[in-house]
Amino acid sequence: MSVVQAVVQNSPPLLEMRGISKSFPGVQALDSVDVALFPGTVTALIGENGAGKSTLVKILTGIYQHDSGAIIIDGAPVHFTSAEAAIRSGITAIHQETVLFDELSVAENIFLGHAPRNRLGLVNWSAMNARAAALLTSIDAPISPYMRLKDLSIAQRHLVAIARALSVEARVVIMDEPTAALSYKEVEDLFRIIERLKRQGKAILFISHKFEEVYQIAERFVVLRDGRSIGAGLLAKTGQDEIVRMMVGRSVDHVFPKLDVAIGNTVLKVSGYSHPTEFDNISFELRRGEILGLYGLVGAGRSEFCQSLFGITRPSAGSLELEGRSVEIRSPADAIGAGIVYVPEERGRHGAVLQMPIFQNFTMATLGRTTRAGFLREAEEFALARRYAERLDLRAAALSVPVGTLSGGNQQKVVIGKWLATRPKVIILDEPTKGIDIGSKAAVHAFMSELAGEGLSVIMVSSELPEILGMSDRVLVMREGRMAGIWNREGLDAETLVRAATGNQ
Amino acid sequence: MSRILKYRELLLVAIILVLIAAFSARAPGFASPKSLANIFNDTSILIILALGQMAVILTKSIDLSVAANLSFTGMAVAMLNSAYPEVPLPLLIAAALGIGAGLGAINGFMVWRIGIPAIVATLGTLTIYRGMAFVLSGGAWVNQTQMTPAFLNTPRLPVLGLPLLGWTALLVIAIIATVFTRTVFGRSLYAAGGNPTAALYAGVDVGRAKFFAFMLSGALAGLCGYLWVSRYAVAYVDIAAGFELDTVAACVIGGISTLGGIGSVGGAVLGALFLGVIKNALPVINVSPFWQMAISGLVIIIAVLFNARQERRKGRLILRDAAKSRPVRMETPVEGAAA
Repeated sequence: MSVVQAVVQNSPPLLEMRGISKSFPGVQALDSVDVALFPGTVTALIGENGAGKSTLVKILTGIYQHDSGAIIIDGAPVHFTSAEAAIRSGITAIHQETVLFDELSVAENIFLGHAPRNRLGLVNWSAMNARAAALLTSIDAPISPYMRLKDLSIAQRHLVAIARALSVEARVVIMDEPTAALSYKEVEDLFRIIERLKRQGKAILFISHKFEEVYQIAERFVVLRDGRSIGAGLLAKTGQDEIVRMMVGRSVDHVFPKLDVAIGNTVLKVSGYSHPTEFDNISFELRRGEILGLYGLVGAGRSEFCQSLFGITRPSAGSLELEGRSVEIRSPADAIGAGIVYVPEERGRHGAVLQMPIFQNFTMATLGRTTRAGFLREAEEFALARRYAERLDLRAAALSVPVGTLSGGNQQKVVIGKWLATRPKVIILDEPTKGIDIGSKAAVHAFMSELAGEGLSVIMVSSELPEILGMSDRVLVMREGRMAGIWNREGLDAETLVRAATGNQ
Repeated sequence: MSRILKYRELLLVAIILVLIAAFSARAPGFASPKSLANIFNDTSILIILALGQMAVILTKSIDLSVAANLSFTGMAVAMLNSAYPEVPLPLLIAAALGIGAGLGAINGFMVWRIGIPAIVATLGTLTIYRGMAFVLSGGAWVNQTQMTPAFLNTPRLPVLGLPLLGWTALLVIAIIATVFTRTVFGRSLYAAGGNPTAALYAGVDVGRAKFFAFMLSGALAGLCGYLWVSRYAVAYVDIAAGFELDTVAACVIGGISTLGGIGSVGGAVLGALFLGVIKNALPVINVSPFWQMAISGLVIIIAVLFNARQERRKGRLILRDAAKSRPVRMETPVEGAAA
């Protein structure tokens, strides 16, 4: 670990996290992380998706409790047992997607849960509105406290969220990708507010994927990678290249087994696929036996694009060719019929019908094949389910028990089996290994190689660079809904992809 | 699922048998084949309506307009019969099914295409359909004397000791059981309610499944419109007022989960029969009809508690430490499942 030590800092840190570790079953989310926040200073927290940024924020805001290490405020150790405890210690967070209430007034939103009371214990409306107006003025937000939230623009709502965060006498303000939903002008406004907060001596932890913003607003940085703090220091003394290296910094060539398979003819040709609000002009070709990695930051439009390929949403422009023939996909049923399937990211929520028996889940997307004269044939359903259960090595007492009784890994096998049963040509895997342990990851990767070897074409959406670099024959990078480029596997390195995904050329 | 359901169905069968035994101890003859056939016949309409309601509830919706649909359709066919006595009965029954299905399709359309929550949409049509029945009849009754004997007597015709009304219910049970367990439509009802997102990704059109569920519920309500009018030999605006709640109650008692995706035809039928036995037995042992309502209500609450407990068991204990110190509530894990 090469911690770049800061130059002499006049004031001591307002808040320090020392050696913070946190593990979840099967995952070490944070491993002895050190972070220091100084008054009147913006510290940028930088790291890939999955580096542990969110876990760190949740520990700071009392939502998770750390396993070991210490949080020190003003030199005294504190321990947050709840979100409320963190707020009482003066820590407040503004999240990417703020949770506000459309039907309540601005003042009610700001003071929900800690409204000023009068002697009878009832809400003191005049005090609440006056304090809300004062808070909004303090951040230069020209919003009336009496307005209903639903009448405000996205940017104005953001200001309300900031006012809410500041309504609790905060000394430490955490901003988790606050600019993700804002336009350029609104970002400028936000930065003015941040400057103001700095002058008031607040310590700010700023999370963003955009280097330009980080260099513009922050003085210090901390880089996290795989749950460890890799580097920290002053941005003025550290170049972007160095930070990208810290974020990525590992040899990834040998992590995943990608078998060499023969790449055949073009199976899928996507031309100029566009959507009014989510993505624009995506074009590529996918060949038999190929794995195409789809990389980008969270919110780059990858899932939205894939859902459109699968017929969940309709593109506004663009065309598809499957094996040389033009196809139009209007619904998931069309996609399945054409040979395109999509294995969604949240398999629990999107994948299986938990209270249905295993065999019925297996056959859900292929009922046409197990139906004769309009009637389902249970024997054939069982035969089909048994075939894929064996192939995927499913562990279950019987195929007639509900999927909900299986372990997570086995539920996933049922979901994948359901798709394989449709005998697809193209399979889209959205974050296939998110949240599963290392051993299972290897099994999923081996399985993907096997599918490619059998002539399937795979589109793999992943936010994990090692996975993208290890598994893909080619990598398509999306940034803010647009194609940032497409690269062949040979000679591709992580830094190229991160630069393309973050727009840091 | 099937194990829990069988358990639930067996439990209901046992409770119904105990009830019959207890009542017959107080009122000899209650358990005679003739009396039991009579109870079944009396419950037939509730059974048919409950099966339609079940289709809708499986998709996570509810149809509050079934009784109003029944009233309107019943009025319509009764007026048709009195105005045109020469129209043959099969055509009238087809008309009842068609009108009912049409009214159901209106509900389905509002839920599917306009996206109105089912409870609101059918609460609206509940009032509208009753209002339509009033407009159609001008508030007048269609009396026994205005209807043809064939129209009135066919459902009462006994075949092997059971009137045709009861046989109709048996036929509907058989058809619905086949449709729900052996057709793609039936499977799509369970999938659409069990996990709408997963169903969507598997190519199941969730909205369409709901639409056809409402249409099925409407068609069965229409059929019951005819059956009700002929059984009570009168048609007026307020027939079967509030009966929609009995159909929901039968489903809930029968273990059809209001969260969607869980339930069996056997359960819904037994739920309806349970209510039928109580309704028929209490007057026999001189219990006031007001107690009937209270008892039905109590049973519904107990059934909902029972359902909620079963559904909770499916939850996972994410906090491992908490799981250790908590009394074990989970089902025994399936052997080998923890791979």
